Amino acid sequence: MLDVAFSALTQKVKTGIGLSLMDMNSSQGRMADFLRANEAKLLDRWCDIVFATVRGRMSADEVRAELADLYGLVVRRVSDADDSAAGELRAALAALSRSRARGGFSPSETAVAVFSLKDAVYEFVADTADMVPEYLAFARSIDDLGLHTFEAYAATREEIIKQQSEAMLELSTPVVQLWDGIIAVPLVGTLDSARTQLVMEKMLDALLVSGSSHAVIDITGVPTVDTEVAQHLLKTVMAARLLGAQCTICGIRPQIAHTIVSLGIEFGDIATKATLADALAHALRSAGLKVVPA
Amino acid sequence: MERVPILKIGQTLFVSIQIDLQDQSVVQLQEDLAEELVASRATGVIIDITAVEIVDSFIGRMLATIGSISRLFDAETVLVGMRPAVAITLVELGLFLEGVRTALNAEQGLRMLNGRS
Repeated sequence: MLDVAFSALTQKVKTGIGLSLMDMNSSQGRMADFLRANEAKLLDRWCDIVFATVRGRMSADEVRAELADLYGLVVRRVSDADDSAAGELRAALAALSRSRARGGFSPSETAVAVFSLKDAVYEFVADTADMVPEYLAFARSIDDLGLHTFEAYAATREEIIKQQSEAMLELSTPVVQLWDGIIAVPLVGTLDSARTQLVMEKMLDALLVSGSSHAVIDITGVPTVDTEVAQHLLKTVMAARLLGAQCTICGIRPQIAHTIVSLGIEFGDIATKATLADALAHALRSAGLKVVPA
Repeated sequence: MERVPILKIGQTLFVSIQIDLQDQSVVQLQEDLAEELVASRATGVIIDITAVEIVDSFIGRMLATIGSISRLFDAETVLVGMRPAVAITLVELGLFLEGVRTALNAEQGLRMLNGRS
């Protein structure tokens, strides 16, 4: 039911666009001729404007090569010569904004690369009064392209942020083998539920793979311990116990010890130690090992 | 209904759960184990759940119950070979199996029981 309504709606939108395109067709033709006739001048001006915003991050030749491709596509799009031009133009703009986003360009610097074509064209059209309707239609299509560029830019930035946070999550949860049968999990950064889940999974897997019966959780790098973090730590310890491994928590700094006591958090029968060295000594002792001077 | 076999090795009963546990077979296992404990006068029970991939609150509670039943006959229960995913699920369910001892594998579980006597 909803599908039917939706397709009817899209059909309406499509025919609407079709009509306005037909109205514009004649003026688009003139604009295409104008763009083709003044290609060299317009492209030069466009490159100058864009190059001024690049501030040395790209060479003039690179900018020119990039814009010359776009210019060709824009002309093809405006002249409506073939259907594939619109798709190719969008793809080229998406590629441009992706490379800008990765290159550390700001959103407005990226958008200017597209919008400045309007400025370049305006400077040449301004003298000839009879090109006004053509210019307005052209400006509208460039606006659409600018929006498209901006969307692609934002999508790329989101992607980069996601990759980075994943990389950070991966980096911040190493599991190291301290001794035969003893592993250590140094935690750095805040413990939220997503991190706890990852830490738990990695630690339990490591316990199983290495056949370790002791795990030392070092929380020196955890900036604050509140009731939620403590709850997460307790869960991790309990899960390790279910697997048949003992857990020791170490690296509790004086301020954190103070907070834990003030909040009334109980670690119950879980062994807690001040330093990693103490925890290792404790684990060795309960594994029945003794360290003696050589 | 599938039944879980109970093997006697020395003074230890060995239960290896290799099937998808149904509520009915769990109840059956508890009854079988109680009878076997009386008959064999075993002092330890090892429950191997290496093959168990999925647990719910009922099975979690059943594992704790088996521990309590064994304790009535003065036998200690060791749960061995729990998968990480199962451990995480039980913890999320709030089932910490307080009365049951755990070990990484059957070998360590046996050593744990033998160390007691």
